[in-house]
This record gives sequence, structure tokens and C-alpha cells, in this order.
Amino acid sequence: MSHATTASHDDLHAAPPRGLSRWLFTTNHKDIGTLYLLFSLLMFLVGGTMALVVRAELFQPGLQFVDPLFFNQMTTMHALIMIFGAVMPAFTGLANWLIPMMIGAPDMALPRMNNWSFWILPFAFTLLLSTLFMEGGAPAGGWTMYAPLSVQGPPSIDFLILAIHMMGISSIMGAINVIATILNLRAPGVTLMKMPLFVWTWLITAYLLIAVMPVLAGVVTMTLTDRHFGTSFFDAAGGGDPILFQHIFWFFGHPEVYILILPAFGIISQIIPTFARKPLFGYSSMVYATASIAFLSFIVWAHHMFTVGMPVAGQLFFMYSTMLIAVPTGVKVFNWVATMWRGAMTFETPMLFAIAFVFLFTIGGFSGLMLAIAPADYQYHDTYFVVAHFHYVLVPGAVFSIMAAAYFWLPKWTGHQYNETLGKIHFWLSAISVNITFFPQHFLGLAGMPRRIPDYSLQFAGFNEISSVGAFLFGLSQLLFVYIVIKTIRGGEPATAQVWEGARGLEWTVPSPAPYHTFATAPDNKAMSAAGMLPAAEAGH
Amino acid sequence: MMLSASFRQLAVWMGVIALSPAVYAQTEYAVNFQTPVTETAQQVYQLHMLIFWICVAIGAVVFSVMLISIVLHRKSKGVQPAQFHESTTVEILWTLVPFAILISMAIPATKTLIAMADTANSDMSIKITASQFKWQYDYLNEEVSLISALATPREQIFEAADKSEHYLLEVDNPVVLPTNTRIRFLLTAADVIHAWWVPALGLKKDAVPGFINEMWTKIDQPGIYRGQCAELCGANHGFMPIVLDVRSPEDYQSWVAERQAAKAAELAALAANKEWSLDELNQRGEKIFLANCAVCHQATGQGMPPAFPALNGSPMVTQQEPIAQIEQVLKGKNAMPSFAASLNDLDIAAVITYTKNAWDNHTGTVVQPSAVAAAR
Amino acid sequence: MSAHAPADGYYVPHGSYWPIIGSIALFLIAIGFANYLHDLANAQYIALLGVALLLVMIVGWFGSVIHESTHGFYNTQVDKSFRWGMGWFIFSEVMFFAAFFGALFYVRTFSVPWLGGAGDEVSTQAMLWPYFDAVWPLVYPPSDAHTLSQTAFDIPKATVPAWGLPALNTAILLSSGVTITWSHWGLLDKNRLQFIAGLFATVALGILFLSIQAYEYGHAIHELNLTLNSGVYGSLFYMLTGFHGLHVTLGALILTVVFFRALFGHFSEHQHFAFEAAAWYWHFVDVVWLGLFIFVYWL
Repeated sequence: MSHATTASHDDLHAAPPRGLSRWLFTTNHKDIGTLYLLFSLLMFLVGGTMALVVRAELFQPGLQFVDPLFFNQMTTMHALIMIFGAVMPAFTGLANWLIPMMIGAPDMALPRMNNWSFWILPFAFTLLLSTLFMEGGAPAGGWTMYAPLSVQGPPSIDFLILAIHMMGISSIMGAINVIATILNLRAPGVTLMKMPLFVWTWLITAYLLIAVMPVLAGVVTMTLTDRHFGTSFFDAAGGGDPILFQHIFWFFGHPEVYILILPAFGIISQIIPTFARKPLFGYSSMVYATASIAFLSFIVWAHHMFTVGMPVAGQLFFMYSTMLIAVPTGVKVFNWVATMWRGAMTFETPMLFAIAFVFLFTIGGFSGLMLAIAPADYQYHDTYFVVAHFHYVLVPGAVFSIMAAAYFWLPKWTGHQYNETLGKIHFWLSAISVNITFFPQHFLGLAGMPRRIPDYSLQFAGFNEISSVGAFLFGLSQLLFVYIVIKTIRGGEPATAQVWEGARGLEWTVPSPAPYHTFATAPDNKAMSAAGMLPAAEAGH
Repeated sequence: MMLSASFRQLAVWMGVIALSPAVYAQTEYAVNFQTPVTETAQQVYQLHMLIFWICVAIGAVVFSVMLISIVLHRKSKGVQPAQFHESTTVEILWTLVPFAILISMAIPATKTLIAMADTANSDMSIKITASQFKWQYDYLNEEVSLISALATPREQIFEAADKSEHYLLEVDNPVVLPTNTRIRFLLTAADVIHAWWVPALGLKKDAVPGFINEMWTKIDQPGIYRGQCAELCGANHGFMPIVLDVRSPEDYQSWVAERQAAKAAELAALAANKEWSLDELNQRGEKIFLANCAVCHQATGQGMPPAFPALNGSPMVTQQEPIAQIEQVLKGKNAMPSFAASLNDLDIAAVITYTKNAWDNHTGTVVQPSAVAAAR
Repeated sequence: MSAHAPADGYYVPHGSYWPIIGSIALFLIAIGFANYLHDLANAQYIALLGVALLLVMIVGWFGSVIHESTHGFYNTQVDKSFRWGMGWFIFSEVMFFAAFFGALFYVRTFSVPWLGGAGDEVSTQAMLWPYFDAVWPLVYPPSDAHTLSQTAFDIPKATVPAWGLPALNTAILLSSGVTITWSHWGLLDKNRLQFIAGLFATVALGILFLSIQAYEYGHAIHELNLTLNSGVYGSLFYMLTGFHGLHVTLGALILTVVFFRALFGHFSEHQHFAFEAAAWYWHFVDVVWLGLFIFVYWL
């Protein structure tokens, strides 16, 4: 016993092992966080390239570069890769790096399973990307995989289904780990209502993940058996219903939307108080608002399906419940603005991204509210208005929050300050080009351009041109981000432990770069009070 | 190689366009709904504008506060940060006020929704059957049917010809409808889910295989109204337009009479078991091929392998005995739909005869409608 | 330096190669299975290789966990992490079944009645399925109500009645829930015989349940002509009971491992998380079966 114990004890102080085996076999939350983040960056570039193929084809009316089938493969794969390969792993990577440090834990609760959660992903995406080279092409029925189009689709659909099963296993294990860590590994004194908001939003996100990823697994399994084993879930001739697919899919899909945004809320709630040098306004209302959004996300799913021919009572229910989401979401935005109010703000890159997030996510929220109104949604549904809406909440929403987080915590991860001038250039290029790309898409949708079409009538030519130019600008700007990240990893001005003047939280009490193992023993009173987790009176003792 | 050349072309274009705003001036920049031509569309438009302005108003307030804060409350101005971080009164206020605003939006929305859903008391009914990638319209009271598919020539799509005014929004057979008539649409699909959408009418609904969805309209003004399929339905989802030719009730009636007479004449010829000549069948077959088959198999007969096989030189097409080909057209195979319901014996005979003689397939084989009838 | 001893520190294991082996195994299973569906020769062997590798991984991984546990690396906090992990894993399984139960309720409440003209769907019935009679259990799918001779579906002679073998199976599974609890009491009372006998009885009842289920499947397929291809009733019947059966098999396997570990004396009245996890899992399959019995067989 003592021998083995010593071994694990030594590990806690030893430098990380060298070479490939460090990354393949690691149980260290920081290593795994890094792996997630790098994988996410790679997928962001792959998915982004696909988006640029789409925008290149849509630059002008007519078909210039790709055939319609390949176009559909690009839109489908772009979505799948960005959602499951870029945004979700990025958030999981941040959770891995930050949650143990924020709650004063030595690591994630189940470290080996943590490794498995990550290492499933490269295999799952190899499987998914391999479909591009298959006979019949990659999946082309949209990331939503609606039956019966996906039931009659090419062999690649089966590979997609199995890849989704693998991603699901990965996400569920990752989420279980997050919950176990937060509920079981908080240092003494880190009570639930003292946890940083990023930890809170991830706790709720993890709950959503465990609740809905299995539902996605279920519905794609039904698609698989409808394709190969004679079942009739989505076939009216056998008593099933194609719309059943959509109901089950969106029961997963809507909470999934919040899985993609709640951690972003958490990140923004860390960054704004730091640079406003003022505590977050309405901490507890933020927690309750997040929980309300999560709860509502389970009863709004059919607002994605207003045109399928649901009974009126159903449409009214889903319209009202969806409109309700505006209330807790509004509370969040108001709280962020109130946090800025009468603060002493500075505008480093993370803060710039955070402010752009609040502006642009709110615009996405407004279009979301418009989409909730069923009779108006008949006009918006499946048009570029919807494309504009979800890109506003996902690109200047989720993706900007991830960029903000990267700039915010890079000094803590690498021990180096990034180049502030380059960061600001990256911000302004991204913020301007993202609006050039997506704002005109609102107009296209309202004027009548359907989504998921490779070619369009002449009246849509103008805004499509602008949107494509913006997309290429945005895409190229991200190369600057890659450069900044690599440059910061390799060197730069040394960062202090606290990094930012207004930073509060346990992760800022450990040195930069954070040691391989942190909080092998629980943080002491000094660290706790520096993190703002002890009342001032106790801090002196 | 072709791809990289195209990208170079794109890069050049982008440079040109970014530098010369004048290029923009040539195109249209519609920013809002198409002009509504029904009462429903008008209501939807008003609702849309109402919620839009409410959003703008809320946005103006929130963003103003934020901007003021960004301008005034910055460290560089030497301000000391306040430390307040809670106010139950404010929290309650900004929970209740949005709630009240939502109610003011929900009331008109509910009214419009209920009015749109009521399909009772219609004057006429049209069954719309969507399939990859065309629309079939059956006028239930008049016994008139037509199939409507994209009429834009391939050359325009692939940049070999200038694009016409209604590029991609033109069809071979527009749907003719009367004004001031309450029309009920019964919507279904033969293969996958499609969605029938005409923006000017304020109507969009999914066509679901195995189910019938209903919607209604009453169009105020005559005119041509254009729309598109709005649910991803396969490779050529973007090439499935809808064109409505709305006429006065009198003009509509005379159109119906014309269609009925033409159909009667055709039936008479079929009933007489007439032997059709190669030329007659070829001529008819070409039109049917372009409307029904060319989307996948291409006007050149080259198809888009492997998804859509070539017909030019295909053993299935060039063999003497037509029965295998007739059966495949009748029953469909894999991605190919069945045409048994949408095409009559004469049409199928004509299109098969056409494929057996078009391009390099100079087989000289003639397939008579009677052969198709026998195979059914 | 006892600060990191298990008693007051959290055990963070060494790097491990089992996870990456597990990923390779999943990858092989996925590739093999997908290619098998598209008739690639010998693809099933790739999938089977993956399954074998996954089993090796499970044995190896759980082997290390058991080793660490029996060598005293774990403290109550580690134990708690395992408990949270198992609890949320079972919750995810519940949600997987929820998808299929959701499909069942949707089909019974909406799609079948609508195809039969209920609600606003008068035209659906009148124009598309004029001969369809919406009853549950659905024996004649809509498409074949008037062309039985040319049907593409397997029309069953009858559906499986609740008050026969399924009722017996309900009794068996519920009893196994009692025996596992009785076994747990034995463990807590340090009554080793009761502990082990209870475990043995539970595994035996599980195997009996599975045997009866297998017999019932044979009967349904060969004598009743009820298959996956019998329309949506057959689809739901086999998918729900099939996935349940799979989970009972898994639960019985876990219990078997626990049984042998009990024989080796791995559990004490204070430390027996593996036993409890197996018991929780067993109760979960028990409750799912109750739902199945009520909504698939009975009502």
C-alpha cells in the first residue's frame, strides 16, 4: 500500500512525462484540456474551410465550383463539425482546464475516464470525415438528418450515425466527470453559491448533456434500423411518422442549443467583472436564470417545427413557452450591462470580445424572439433569416466567447502574455467581418431566400456577394488567431499569477503557467480570500 | 485544377468588388418581405413589423445604456469602480417588464395563428404532391392535373448562357389560380419531406409523405407569384420553384375548360389504341424527359455518376426489349422515384422511346403506350 | 508527508493506456459494423475484433480499479465520485429509453390515430389510407390494409398478450429485485451466506428471465410472424424489449463479476461500491421492464 501511495504522491510533484505517451495516456486535467482545445481549433479550421466552399459557391448566382450534391455535403458537414467538433470540445477543454482550478480541486473526479472522453473524439471525427471520400458522398441531408431523406441516403449516413454514437459516449462521459467534479471535489469553503459562474453554467450544461445526448443516440438508432432492419418508425405506410424523427431530434436539439451557449454565458460572466473591476451584478439571479433557461429548453423543442402541420394547440404551447425564454435571457443581458455600469473598465482583447458578445448575441436573441412567433415563423422558417439568427448566437456568441476565454486564460495556461496589439487587430477584423457575413443574411431570408440551396435567383445576388466577402475576411482573420496562440505558447512577456488587475478566483492564486498539479492540498485561507471566497473579516487570520 | 482556377477567378472578383462600390448599385437589395397579396400575408407582415420594432426599441435602450457605460465608466477617465452588485427591486422589474411586453406580442400572434389554421368553407381544393424535384397539382373539383418543374435551362445554371430575369424561379407549367376565391391546398409528398412556400401569400407548410397538411389562401390581385421548396429534399432542393399564375375567376374558368378539352382528346387517342410514330413519340418524349428526368440524368443523358447513372449508352436503355426499362420507370429504383402515378402510358412510352433514340442511342426502337399498359 | 495519503487526499491515477485501447475498439466496431451493413466481405470480423478488444479493455481497466481499491488507494471521496458517476450514467440510460418510450407514446397517441383520420387529419385518411383502421396494437399497417396478398410488411397473426409469459417474466424480474436487496442486507449484517446466496439467486433469476424472453422471441417470430418488419408495432416491440434485454444481459454480467468478487471477499459492510452500483443498475432494468410491461404488453 505505502509503496503505491508514494508513487502517486510523487507523481503529484513530478514533471509531466515526455513524448507522445504523455498525451495518449494522460490523466491530467490540464493536458486533457489542452488536447480538447487544440482538437477544437483544428476542427474549427476544417469546418471553416467547408463554410468557405459554401460561401464561394454562393458568391454569385449559377454553379461555378461544386455540384449541388457536394454543396449539400459541405453545409451538412460544416454544421456537424462546428457543433460537435469545434464548439462542444472547446467548452469541454475549458471545463477541464478551469473547473478544477476554480473550485480548488486536484484534478477531475474521474481522471482516466476523462482521457477516454477526449480520445474517442479523434476517432469519431476520422470516421465522419472519411465519408467525404465514399461512394455516394458524405451525408448531405443537413446536420438535422431529417427522415425520410436520411433513411434513403447514401452509405455515409451509417458512418455518421456510428460517429454520433461515439461522440455521444464521449460527451456523456465528459459531462458525468464535470458533475462529479463539481459536486464532490470542491475545496472546503467553496460552497455552491460561491462557485464562479463558469462552473455553475457548466454544471447545468453537463446536466443537459447527460439528459439529451442519449436521446440523440436513440433517434439515430431508429434511423439506422429504418434503413437496414425493416422498422417503420418514420414510415407512414407502417404506421410511423416522418415528423416523429423531428420531435425526438429536437427534444435533443433544443437543449443542445443551450449546451452550445450556457458555458459562453459563464465565460462572459467571468470576464466582464474582471475588466469592469466590479463584482458581477446579480450573481444569484444569474444562477437562477441559467437554471430556468435549462428547464425551459426541454419544453420548447417543437418551435423548430411550426410548419410541419402540428395542431394549433401544440403550436400555441410551443410559441408561448419559447417566448418565455426571453425573460431569463434578458435578465442575463441586463445583469452584464449593470455589471459594466459605473465600473472602471479597460478594454483588453478578452473584454472586447466579451462586449461584442453581449451586443451581437443580443441581436441573435432578438431574431430568436421573432422566430418564436409562430405565424411570422412561417415566413422565416428555413430561410436565411434562420441562418443569420443561429450564426449570430453561435459565431459572435459561442465562438467569440471561446476566443475571449482563450485570450483571458492564455497567460495562465502558458505563462506568457499574448501580444495585445495583435489581439486587438484580431478582434476588430473578426467583429467587423462577422457582421459583414451574417447581417445581410437577415435581409436575404426576409426577402425570400431559402437556406441550404447552392444557387439562387438574381434578386439575392447583392447581399450574397457581400456575405461571401465577409466570410472570407472572417476566415482569414482566424489565421491571425492561430498565429497569436502559437506565438504565445512559444514565448512572450512573462505573466504574473494574477494576470489581470481585476481578476478574482482561485485560478489566479496559482503561478502562471499553472503548475502541472494544482491544489493537491485544498487552498488555504490566504488563497481563498484572494479569490474573494472568504469574507474580509476572516481573511486576516 | 479546375477548382483552383475557379478560386483564382473568385479572388480576382472579390478584389474588384471590394474596391468598386459601383458594382453593388447594379443589383437589387431587398431587405424585407415581398409585397403581401393576401389578407393573411398582410397580417403576418404587420405582426412581423410589430415584433421587429419592439425588438428595436428594447435594443435601443439596452445598447444605449451599454454605450454610455463604455464611454463614461472607463479606468482611463480615472473613475473609481462602484461596488454595488445586487438589487432585488431592479431584478424583479426587469423580469416583469419583459414579461408584459411578451404578452403584448402573444395576443396578435395568437389571433393570426388561429385565423390561418381554419381551412373550412373553401370554394375549391387543390392537392399538391411534392416529389424530387417537382410539384404535382391536382385540382380536385375540376379534374385537372399538372406537373410543374424548373424551366431554367441548364446552360444558364452552368454559366454557359446569360441568366434570364426569373432565373431559377420559372417553371414549365405554372399553377393557374382564380382571385377572390378561398382555395384550400392539401399538401403531401411522394418521397421525402418538401415544403411549399410562396412568400407573397404568406404561406409555407411542409409536404410530408404519408400525411396531408392543409392550408388556405384567398388572393386579392391577379399576377405571377413565385416561391420555392423550403425544406432540404435532396441534391436538387434548390431547383424546385413554384410559380402561381393568378387570374380573374373568368379567365381561370376558360383555362380549366381548355385543359379539360386537351385531356379529353388525349384520352380519346389512347382509347383508340393508336399506333404512334417514332417522331411523334420523340417529340413528346423530349419535353417529358426535360421536365422529369433531366434534373438527375441531365439533358445530355450523361447523368451525374455514381449517384445518377448515364442513360447515353446505358445497356438498360439501348437493349431491344424495353420491358426492364418500363418497369424501372413505373416502379422506381433507389433514388429514382416511381412515375406510375404521375405519368400516363403515353408519356412513359414517349419518354422511353426518346431515351432509346436520343444522343448516341440511335436504336430506332419505338415503345407504344400499349406496352406500358401491359406492364402496369 | 502523509498529506497525499488516500485518507485525506484525492487519488489521481497514473497515466493509463486502457482508454486509448477503448477508443480503438469503438472505432473498429463502428467501421466494421458500418461496412458490414454495406456488404463488405469479412467486415463483421473487424467489428468482432473491436468487441474483443473492448472486452480486453474492460477487464484491464476494471482490473486496475479493483486492484487500486483492494490496495486501499481509495477513500470516501473517491467512492463518492464513483457513486455520482454511476448515478448519472444510469440517468443517461434512462434518457436513452425515454427516446423509445417517447416514440411509443407518439405513435400511439398521434401518428396512428392521425393516419386513421383523427383530429384534423380527415384528408390523410380519406385520400391516402382509405382502408386503414387505426387500432392498437397495430396488426395491419396502413399501406396494406387492402392488399394483404402483396404486402411488403410481415403481417402478424396476433400480438404478444400480456398475461402469459410476459407476466411471469415480470414476476421473475421483480423477485430478482427483492433477492438483490436481501443480499445487500446480508452484506450489511455480515451474513456472508445470505449475501452470496442472494447474489446467486439474482443472477439465476436474470438468466431465467433472458431465457424466457428468448423463447418468447422465437415464438413471436416463427409462429406469430411478428418481426421488426411488421410495421410500427413490431418495430417498437422489438426495439424496446430488445434494448431492455441487452441491458438485462449487461446487468447480469456485472452481477456475475460482483458475485465472483464477493466469493474472493472483496466487499466489506463499509466498502462495497461495485456491489451497490450493480444493484442500482439492476433496479433500473427492473423499472424499465415495468414500463414495458404496462405500455407495450398490457395497455
